[in-house]
Amino acid sequence: MSQPDVILKAEDIHKSFGQVEVLKGISLEARNHDVISILGSSGSGKSTFLRCLNFLETPTSGRVTVHGEEVLVRDGKPQNIRHIEEIRARLGMVFQQFNLWSHRTVLENVMEGPVHVKGESKAHARERAEALLDRVGLAERKQMYPSQLSGGQQQRVAIARALAMEPDAILFDEPTSALDPELVGEVLKVMQSLAAEGRTMIVVTHEMGFAREVSSEVVFLHEGRIAEQGAPDEMFANPRTDEFRRFIANAM
Amino acid sequence: MFELFSYGDAGWGDEILRGLAITVQLAIVTLPVGLFLGFLAAFASMSKLAPLRYLGFGYTTVMRGLPEILTLFVVYNGVGLLINAILHWWNPEASPTEFSPFAAGVVALGMVFGAFAGEVLRGAFQSLDQGQVEAGRAIGMTERKVFWRIRLPQLWRFALPGLGNLWINMLKDTALVSVIALDDLMRMTKVAVGVTKQPFTFYLLACMIYWAMCVLSELVLARMEKRANRGIRRAS
Repeated sequence: MSQPDVILKAEDIHKSFGQVEVLKGISLEARNHDVISILGSSGSGKSTFLRCLNFLETPTSGRVTVHGEEVLVRDGKPQNIRHIEEIRARLGMVFQQFNLWSHRTVLENVMEGPVHVKGESKAHARERAEALLDRVGLAERKQMYPSQLSGGQQQRVAIARALAMEPDAILFDEPTSALDPELVGEVLKVMQSLAAEGRTMIVVTHEMGFAREVSSEVVFLHEGRIAEQGAPDEMFANPRTDEFRRFIANAM
Repeated sequence: MFELFSYGDAGWGDEILRGLAITVQLAIVTLPVGLFLGFLAAFASMSKLAPLRYLGFGYTTVMRGLPEILTLFVVYNGVGLLINAILHWWNPEASPTEFSPFAAGVVALGMVFGAFAGEVLRGAFQSLDQGQVEAGRAIGMTERKVFWRIRLPQLWRFALPGLGNLWINMLKDTALVSVIALDDLMRMTKVAVGVTKQPFTFYLLACMIYWAMCVLSELVLARMEKRANRGIRRAS
C-alpha cells in the first residue's frame, strides 16, 4: 500500500522510440507539497519521462500510479482512455512553447478547462480565471490574444490555465527554455510562489538556481537512467557521480 | 435596347434572373454536400486503416482526373439508370422516375468539390500546431472535444484560401449543368441569344453576372478569413 500523501508514483518506466531506448527504467515518487526538479543534458530523456506521467507519451513498460490508482497499459496502449483523461485533468501541464490556444483570448484560455472539461458554469469559471490572471500579474491583459503577449506573459497565462483546473500536481516541461533571458525571472517568480504555497510540482528545467533553491528534491537523469537523486543542497555540494559534477560545472 | 432586359414577355430580364436564381441555388446546395465529402475524404486519407486510406486517395484521384462535364454525364445518366433499376427490382410495377438535372448537378459538382476540398483540408489539418492540440489533451479533453474546440476552429485559417478558390470554381462550373437541360443562368442566356440573335449583348451580360458573383464571394471570403485569423499576428 502506498502512503495516502503520495500523489504520483512512477515505477520502472521504460520508453523506446523504434530501436532507441530513451528511458531505461526510471522510478519516482511525488508526495503532496514536493517540488521535484529533473535535470539532465539534452537527450537524457527528462522531457520524455515527464510526458509519460500524463500519458502524452505511453511508456513502453512500467507502472504509473496516480492517487493509488494504477494506469493500465497493455501493448503500448492505455487500456482506458477515460481514466487517462481524468488523470490529465488532475495533473496540470506547462509546456516549453506555452501552447496557448491562439484563437482564444487570454481569459478564454484560462476558462476553457473549467468550463469544457469540468463543466463549471461560465460565470464561476470567469471569476476564478480573473483572480488567477490577477495573481500572475496579467489581469489587464485578459481580453488580448496570446500572440499579443511576450513569451514570459504567455507562460504566466499558461500557468494560470493549469491552476484553473485546481490540479493535484503540476508538470513543468522546461518552462523557461524558450524565453528571452530577461523574461525568465518573471516566470520563475510565479513558480516560486506556487512552491511556497505548497503546490506539488515536477519541473524539468535547466535553471540551476531554481533546482537548488526552490525544489525539495533533485533528480539527475543521464542516458535514460537516474544517475543521482537527493536533496538539492547535499547534491550540489557533494556530487557523487562524474556526470553530475560535469553537468553542474558546465551549467555554472 | 433596354427593352431586351425588361421584365415580362417583351424582355429577357425575368428569364435571366430566374436562371441566376437556379445557379445560385445550385451552388449553395452543393457547398455543404461538397464540404461534407471533403471532410470524409480528408479523414479517410489520414486514417490509420490502410483500406480507408486507399479509398480516400482513390476517390480523390478519380474525381480530379475526370473532366467535370464527364462526371456530370455519368452521374446524370448512370445514377438515373441505377435508381430506376433499383426501383424496378423493388417493385416491377413502379413507373420510372426522372433523376432531376438539379439533383444530378448537386451530386456531380459536390463530388468534384469534395475531392479537391479533401486535399485542402488534409493539408490544413497537417498544418495545425500540434502543441496546442497537446495542450488540449493535457488539460483532460477527450479527442472529440479537442477536435471541436481546438482543431476545427483553427482549421479555417489554413483551409479558407483554398476552399474559397474551390467555391469560386464551383460557382462557374454550375454553367455545365446547362448541357443537361437545367435552366440555369448559362442556359437562359443561350436561349436568349438563340431567339434574339444578339450573342454579344447576352453573353456580355452573363459574363458580368458571373464576375459580380465572384467579386461578392471574394468580399465575403475576405471577411471570413479575417475572422479566422483573429489572434494571429500578421507577418509584417
